[in-house]
Amino acid sequence: MSSSLIPAKGKHPGEPVAPFRRHEPGTQPESFYPAYRATRLRAPSQPLIFLPQTLSEVTGPVFGHSDVRPHDQDLTGQHAGEPLGERIIVRGRVLDGDGHAVPNSLIEIWQANAAGRYAHVNDDHPAPLDPNFTGTGRTLTDENGLYSFVTIKPGAYPWLNHENAWRPAHIHFSLFGPAFVTRLITQMYFPGDPLFGYDPILQSIPDGRARQRLVSKFDLETTKPEWALGYRFDIVLRGRESTPFET
Amino acid sequence: MDLIPTPSQTVGPYLHLGLTDAGSISRIFGDGAKGEKVWLTFRVLDGEGVPVPDAMIEVWQADPEGNYANQAGSTDGAGFRGFGRLATAEDGSCTFETIRPGCVRGPGKTVQAPHINVSILGRGILKRLSTRVYFAGERANAADPVLTLVPENRRTTLLAKADPARKSYWMFDVHLRGESETVFFDV
Repeated sequence: MSSSLIPAKGKHPGEPVAPFRRHEPGTQPESFYPAYRATRLRAPSQPLIFLPQTLSEVTGPVFGHSDVRPHDQDLTGQHAGEPLGERIIVRGRVLDGDGHAVPNSLIEIWQANAAGRYAHVNDDHPAPLDPNFTGTGRTLTDENGLYSFVTIKPGAYPWLNHENAWRPAHIHFSLFGPAFVTRLITQMYFPGDPLFGYDPILQSIPDGRARQRLVSKFDLETTKPEWALGYRFDIVLRGRESTPFET
Repeated sequence: MDLIPTPSQTVGPYLHLGLTDAGSISRIFGDGAKGEKVWLTFRVLDGEGVPVPDAMIEVWQADPEGNYANQAGSTDGAGFRGFGRLATAEDGSCTFETIRPGCVRGPGKTVQAPHINVSILGRGILKRLSTRVYFAGERANAADPVLTLVPENRRTTLLAKADPARKSYWMFDVHLRGESETVFFDV
């Protein structure tokens, strides 16, 4: 069959689209949150327009093993020497809203070093850089949605948002999940950080239970004797609506 | 079970470290991909019209036949990936090299006009902003089921303009806020 005889599938109705659930009010940050100064000029002022999900929203890019290199999940093993700081293991599962594992999904992380300094040209915090620490990692979740990283506990650092502003120690996480609408970029915090109450980025999420999702838990099971403390950080992506509707 | 999804947080000013230093994708197709090659330049501007030099744009689009890579039944042929991402430069811009997408099936018997799905991330953006790029002058725009949800006076914010000086170059300004604010969708 010549290719010109194959109908353009995209132009014809096909199988129904199974949409993803919408967020409950209050469980995501407000876009405009004046206490976080940069939102004042960068958050939309008009309400978002509700878009019933189509094929464009329920599909998304897929990544594989070729996107991840061997040392990508061990941020302490990317240079000739070991980085300074408290070695930690961060481990968890990526789940959907129904508690099902999200397998083979790309996770990218980046973070400051133990002194609270990023290996980034724009970071001018007068804390030392560590020649043995870049602070970037990648991995794929396994078939059970599990992932783990070995890294260094990042330090808190000052920022210019307000008088005496400090970010609580955090690791940036980027996930794709199965669809355009499941894309998530977030930050993982450490339990009991005294800076939580002063941080407008964390406080921009109205719902306390949702904020708690971003705080990892100390985990003795993940902790390795004589080697590293373990933290557990499970990530929940949007799940599908229960009944796919005909589109 | 209905677990609360993990909330979004800003990508922050050092996104390059984790996402674009090693993970930029400016060309969204591989060798041998068929279709009309186009270059699409985004420019991200804040509420005062000042270029945003530390944003990131991600694009996701269908191939010229209207199929997404990895969608059930797609062939994933000819190296068409459909995904790209770039950080903005000092002037707030970034340019993707892509293939003009085809019409994509929409709800019911509708057909979606060629469009590119876009995420905008950056410092000061607490949750991903989602918009769509359509092509000015495209006949299918008139019946597009998503464009018609948008008040008529704001639809032009979703249209890429052809660069009069350069064939196959398109330009799309993202106004994060303000009078000419781009339409963002709740997806």
